[in-house]
Amino acid sequence: MSFTRPTFRHPGIQPNEGGYSRRDYEGLISTLCAGCGHDSITSAIIQACFELSLPPHRIAKLSGIGCSSKTPAYYLGKSHGFNAVHGRMPAIATGANMANHELIYLGVSGDGDTASIGMGQFVHAVRRNLNMVYIVMNNGCYGLTKGQYSATADKGSRSRKGAANLLESIDLCEMAIQLGAGFVGRSFSGDKEQLVPLLKAALSHRGLSFLDVISPCVTFNNNPESTKSYHWVREHREENSEVDFVPFRQTINASYKDGATEAITLHDESVIYLHKPQAGPSITDRRQAIDTLEDHKAKGRLLTGVLYINPDSQDTHDILNTCQEPLNSLGAAELCPGAAVLAQINEAFR
Amino acid sequence: MQPSDINDPEYFHRVIDCQYACPAHTPVPEYIRLISERRYDDAYMLNWHSNVFPGILGRVCDRPCEPACRRGRVEKDAVAICRLKRVCADNREDGIEARFPAIPAAKNGKRIALIGAGPASLTVAGDLAPLGYTIDLYDDQDMGGGFMRSQLPSFRLPDEVLQEEVDYILNMGIHTHFNHYVDSMAAMLAKGYDAIFVGTGAPRGRDLDLPGRKEGDAAIHVGIDWLAGVIFGHVHKTGRRVLVLGGGNTAMDCCRTARRLGGEDVRIVVRSPREDMKASPWEIEDALHEDIPIYDNHVPKEFVLEYGKLTGMRFEKVRAEYDDKGRRKLVPLDEEWVFMPCDEVLLAVGQLNAFPWIEAGLGIDFDEHGLPLLKPGTYQSTLPQVFFGGDAAYGPKNIITAVAHGHEAAISIDLFCQGLPLDERPGPTVSLTGQQMGRQDWLYHNQVSDTQRQAVPTAPKAKTLRDRLMEVELGFDRDRGRKESYRCLNCDVQTVFYAQECIECDACADACPLTCISFVENGPEEELRTRLRAPAENTAQSLYVSEPLATGKVMVKDENLCVHCGICAERCPTAAWQMQKFFYQTPRAGQKA
Repeated sequence: MSFTRPTFRHPGIQPNEGGYSRRDYEGLISTLCAGCGHDSITSAIIQACFELSLPPHRIAKLSGIGCSSKTPAYYLGKSHGFNAVHGRMPAIATGANMANHELIYLGVSGDGDTASIGMGQFVHAVRRNLNMVYIVMNNGCYGLTKGQYSATADKGSRSRKGAANLLESIDLCEMAIQLGAGFVGRSFSGDKEQLVPLLKAALSHRGLSFLDVISPCVTFNNNPESTKSYHWVREHREENSEVDFVPFRQTINASYKDGATEAITLHDESVIYLHKPQAGPSITDRRQAIDTLEDHKAKGRLLTGVLYINPDSQDTHDILNTCQEPLNSLGAAELCPGAAVLAQINEAFR
Repeated sequence: MQPSDINDPEYFHRVIDCQYACPAHTPVPEYIRLISERRYDDAYMLNWHSNVFPGILGRVCDRPCEPACRRGRVEKDAVAICRLKRVCADNREDGIEARFPAIPAAKNGKRIALIGAGPASLTVAGDLAPLGYTIDLYDDQDMGGGFMRSQLPSFRLPDEVLQEEVDYILNMGIHTHFNHYVDSMAAMLAKGYDAIFVGTGAPRGRDLDLPGRKEGDAAIHVGIDWLAGVIFGHVHKTGRRVLVLGGGNTAMDCCRTARRLGGEDVRIVVRSPREDMKASPWEIEDALHEDIPIYDNHVPKEFVLEYGKLTGMRFEKVRAEYDDKGRRKLVPLDEEWVFMPCDEVLLAVGQLNAFPWIEAGLGIDFDEHGLPLLKPGTYQSTLPQVFFGGDAAYGPKNIITAVAHGHEAAISIDLFCQGLPLDERPGPTVSLTGQQMGRQDWLYHNQVSDTQRQAVPTAPKAKTLRDRLMEVELGFDRDRGRKESYRCLNCDVQTVFYAQECIECDACADACPLTCISFVENGPEEELRTRLRAPAENTAQSLYVSEPLATGKVMVKDENLCVHCGICAERCPTAAWQMQKFFYQTPRAGQKA
C-alpha cells in the first residue's frame, strides 16, 4: 500500500497567478476507503483553491469527527487546521473567525457531524451568517461505525444491508436557507464540473456559504436502492442551472445561445453566472428557493447547483459591528483603554 | 477515438520507453528489477538473451534507452540504465556459461559462413549454434570482436571484459578462421555454404582531401585506423599538439587516446556548432573533463607545412544558419582564417562502407551509397543465400544496432535454410501478469524513489591519463546500483483498465499524482488531447482510451508521464484498474512462427 504519493507532478501544469503550484494545495495521501466520494470533494477543494490562487497560509480548515472530518488531512497541507470535537466545528470556527476575520474559513463536516450530534451548533452558525464555507460531505450513513443510517438518509432508501430507512430525512439546504445562510448550494462528488465553480463561488461569498455535497459511501451505501449512491444520484439529479464563477479580476467573454443567464455580483465584485435552459424561479428569493427544492423533492428529483444567494448578506462581523482590525491583533492599549474611557462610556448610559 | 487495442503487443511495448527505444528491445525494467532484488545472474541472462554483450554494452553502449527514459520527462535525469547493465555483468557468478543454451552434438547438416567477427556476426553465431548449425567465422584480426576490439580504447572497454563475452560465443563450437582476410566473395560462394552472413562493419574512415594532405601524410591519420594501430601496439606515442577533426564518438575516442600517448595540447575541431555534434553528451563531457577543448564552427581549409613537416592547419570560421525546413547551411564569416599549430592531425570525419572484395556480377546489388540492397526486415541481399547485418547493412550505427540486426538475420538464415518463407517470421513472446498480492499490496516496488541519478565513480585523472589501459569508470558498486535501480519507474507494470467494472467515482483521476487520467466525452485524438485534465502534448505517447462507460463518457489516460505507482489501482473500489506486468521479448531463431 502506498503511504506517500510520488513527488513528481505533471510538468505541463503551470503555477497559478499567485505563483503556487497545485501541489501547494495538496495534503497527504487518502486513507479513506477506495472510491469514497469524499476524495473527489477533496480534489475539488484543491482545484478550487488552486484556481482562485488563494494563498495557502491564509486559509484555515476546520472539521469535526467522522470520515468527512478526516479529509482535511488530504488537502491544503500548508494551511492552518483544527480538528474539533464531534459536531463542534462551528463553535471553533466562530471563535477563530471572531479572533481573526481575515483568514478564509473552510469548515468540513459530515451528515452525522452536522445533522445529528452537531445540529445545535450548525443552526446557530447559520443564524449568525458566519463568514465561512461550510461543506457537508453527505453520504446518508455513519461510515465510520459500519454504515447505520444518518439523519439525512431519505425515507425508504436502502443501504447495502437491505432494511429501509423508516425515518424522515433532514434537508440541510432547506434549513440553511430558512436560517439565513447567504449562499446555499448542493452538488455531487461525481461532478467536478459543477462542484469546482460552486466551491469557488462559495469561497468568494461573504457570509455563510453552505454546500451540501452528496458523496457516496462505497463501502456501505452505494447500492442502486440507496438514494445516496453514484447510480441513483446520476439518474435522479437535476441541475437548476449551469454555474460559472468569474473572479472580480476577470471579465467573461463566453456567450450562451439559449435560455436565460442570471448574473449575481458578490461583495468583492466577483460574478456568479447561472445559465438556465429557461427563465425559472429567482434564486435570490428565499421563498422561491425553498419552493423549488420542495417541488423537485415531490417529483422524486434531486435538485443541485446554486439554490439560494443573498448578494447583500451581512456576516457576523457586519451584524455585530465589530472593529475593522482583527481582534487578535489588538494590543493591550486598545483592549484596555483605561479608566477615562470607561468613565466616558458609563457617562453615555446615564 | 476507437478504444485502445491493448491486445496488440506493440501497445504496451510502446509504453515501456526504454525497451521500445532499444534496437534489440532489451526488457530493461525487468532486469533493473532483478538487480534491485540482487539477482545479478538472472539480470545478466535476461540481458544476454537480448543483447549478447551485457558487460561490453554496460560500458560503451550508445544508450538510445536513456534519452527515451520516462524519468527524464518527470525530472532532470534518466535512470542510469547502461551503468546498471554493467552492475549485473560485474556481479555475475563465475560459470554463468552453464545457463547458456546447450550446443547439440549432432549437427543439422547446414553450414554457415560469417564474414567479420564483430557484434553482428557473433550474434548470428550465438543464435544459430544452439540450433545445430555448423559455423565458420572469418576475420582478418587475430581475435574476435571486430570494431569493439579495434576501435574502442581500453580505458573505456578493458580487453578482458571484451574477451570474456566474445569467448562465450566462440566457445559454442564456432570454427574460427582468424588472420584470414576474405578477399573474394566468389571464392566464399564456391565453398558451398548454405548461407553467408556479411558482418564486416564500415571499415574505411573518410579522408579529407585538402591542400597539403599528401605532403603531410606522415603526421595525418585516419582516426579509426590510428585507433586500431594504438590498440594493436603499432602506435605508441603522439605529438605534443594534436588536432582531432570531427564531432562524433570516434573523435572523442581519438582525442582521449591522444591525451594518453603524450598529447598535451589536444583539441577537437568541428565544422558545425557544438549542439549539432554527433557524439553522445556523456562522451563529450568525458573529453572536456580531460582538458580537451572543443572549437566549433571551424571548417578545415588546409594543412600547413614547413620544410615538408606539418606545422598546423588553417580553418575558416563559419556561422550556422537554418532554413524553414531545418536544413543547415554553414555561412563563412568575413574573418581571416584561423591558424592552429599542431604536430599531428587525426581525421574522424565519418566512416564509409566498402566492399572491394565482393565482385560485380555475383548478383549482390548495391545502392548509390555503396550499401547492399536488402529485402526490408530480412537482411537478405539480392543473392538469396547472402545476408548482411551491422554497419555493413545500413551504414555506421552502433553495437546494439548490430546485435539487433544479428538476431533478425539469424531468424532469416534459419528460415532460409529450412526452405521457409522469410516474411513468415515468429512474433515476440509476451505475457501479462497480475501484480496484486493483497488488497493494496504489489509484487513490484511501487514506491517511486526520489533519489537523484547516481554518479559513476572514476579513477583519478592523474593516473588514467598516464595509463591507456586503465579503465576510467569504476562502475556502481552493489549498494549504489541498488539505489539507482529503485529510480526505475517500472514502466513495464501496466495500468490495465476494465471498463465494465468502472463506477466512475473519479477516485483514480483524483489520486493520480501526475494527472494522467481523465473521464471525458470521446472525440478525435487531436481534439481529445486538448480536453484532458493536464496538457497532453507529447503525441509520441499513446492515449489509452476505454470502451464507453455507463454515463457515455470514456476513460482517457495519457501514457506520457505515468510513473506506474499503482495509486489508481489502490484507490479503485472495483478493481477496474489493475497493475499487470507486461513482458515482451523479441523472437529468436528457431522459435515457431
